[in-house]
Amino acid sequence: MATIVIAEINNNKIHDTTKELITAAHSIEGQPVLVVPCSDASIADEASSFDGVRQVLAAKSSVFSSYDAAAWASALDAVIPQGTIVAAATQQSKDLAARLAALRNISVVQDVIAVDNGELTSPIYSGKAMQTVRCSGDAVITIRANVFGQVSNGASNSVQVVDTSGQVATAVKEMIARASQRLDVAEANIIISGGRGMGNPSNFSHLEEIADVIGAAVGASRAAVDTWDEIPHSMQVGQTGKTVNPNLYIAVGISGAIQHLAGMRSSKYIVAINKDADAPIFQHADYGIVATWEEALPVLKSAFQGMMN
Amino acid sequence: MVNIVVLVKQVPDTNAKIVVQSGDRVDLSGVKMVISPYDEFAIESALQHKEAHGGTVTAITAGDSSADKILKDAKAIGVDDLVRVDVGEEMDSNALQQVLVDAIQGLGAEVVYCGKSAADTGAGSTGPGIAQRLGWPSVSNVVGIEYSSPLCVVAPMGGSSAKIEVSVPAVISCDKGDVKVRKANVKGIMAAKKATVQVVSSTPPPSTVQLVRHSMPPSKPAGKTFQGGDSANEVAKLLREEANIL
Repeated sequence: MATIVIAEINNNKIHDTTKELITAAHSIEGQPVLVVPCSDASIADEASSFDGVRQVLAAKSSVFSSYDAAAWASALDAVIPQGTIVAAATQQSKDLAARLAALRNISVVQDVIAVDNGELTSPIYSGKAMQTVRCSGDAVITIRANVFGQVSNGASNSVQVVDTSGQVATAVKEMIARASQRLDVAEANIIISGGRGMGNPSNFSHLEEIADVIGAAVGASRAAVDTWDEIPHSMQVGQTGKTVNPNLYIAVGISGAIQHLAGMRSSKYIVAINKDADAPIFQHADYGIVATWEEALPVLKSAFQGMMN
Repeated sequence: MVNIVVLVKQVPDTNAKIVVQSGDRVDLSGVKMVISPYDEFAIESALQHKEAHGGTVTAITAGDSSADKILKDAKAIGVDDLVRVDVGEEMDSNALQQVLVDAIQGLGAEVVYCGKSAADTGAGSTGPGIAQRLGWPSVSNVVGIEYSSPLCVVAPMGGSSAKIEVSVPAVISCDKGDVKVRKANVKGIMAAKKATVQVVSSTPPPSTVQLVRHSMPPSKPAGKTFQGGDSANEVAKLLREEANIL
């Protein structure tokens, strides 16, 4: 029985997380078939050097030029052999995974962070607990980024192009430009977030200045988003906002409600700045600074500037 | 007149502390159960759809009788009818979606709203999964809706977002958008007290995904705490030299 990896496509390129999916697939069963959804088969060429794949299939169709869940699922189903399917746990690919599983009458297991001896572990309650399951029979499994290592490059796989098609049921009328050119918290390796302790939404400009120095995204707690109309929900980190997994998370004026911790506790390093030494956030911080943000942020900014120059 | 369905799920209040007991299962006794937060946006959208075109809104959940409470909470907010698909615990996505689809088809629904994901699993599989089984289009993570014909929704697309037209029947999975959700008022709470829940039985297919255990996330070693704003210098240095970031 084959395992199939669906390549993650981002900006018309194979995203590096695809190489993590291949590693995860090895823990499930043997060398996977890599399927690359594309409207131009040349984007699949990059996969010819990926180690650890049995075969590369470029699934070529015009439906893959823009996301329509039903069309993508049927176009992929037509070319993917029976077996367990592995995809990235991104918003779009989780949606596709659920469609594909339903199409095949099999189950889907989302957000997997560990594969061990047939057991799949995912965070539940936004990371407040873990759930481990075992599948009998085929399933569709999505894998979180930054957890598995990447396979290396060096192979010379041939890329087989297979034409496919699907029925598009939705119509994109208009793309909407992003209100902010800032990095999205869901994509960032470093995040600096503010809470209600910032006192005033205009004070988020101090976070933005530091974000510009270190290449970070700016996030916010639910309390800040709920309190100030100027802070949009797209910035919210936490159980009802985005769950993030960056290398560095800097929490400023955030007390550390369970709701917020659930969305950022898996960050590799956590820095907390809060004037209240008893704030729960300090129990989760690698480095805590007990100070007001007015005292700490200027010092932090000039220290970062010194390091980055 | 549109036959509108909204799917709701009971989950622990997002501020609740989650504890795993020695039996390797999450212990939810004593935890306050609420409508999953994104489902509140689905309820609001369903009610606005009804206000635009007329019709009825039926809230459906799958669960045991403990789930009747959140159906009544939905009634208090303004939905018309309440349906609970009677199921035991632990079903995989395939089984859950199948029993929901049976209930949706039984009602003759023309459009289904649901939250983009539930606050317990965070999976987000139900909306697209039932759409596939119904043979309907779906748009997920929707943050804005115009109740025109066809519907015009705003959803993420390729790192940005897009206005997308979708004709009903369809499944719309709702994210938190700009819309403010209405809360229960006194009239609604009175109506909820008198409301009856229609219970439908189900015959789920066997689950192929079995729960092995719940566990707590690995805890982190204690960090270092510094006093005063000037210590930010020291922290910046540690980030580079000890943590190897920056």
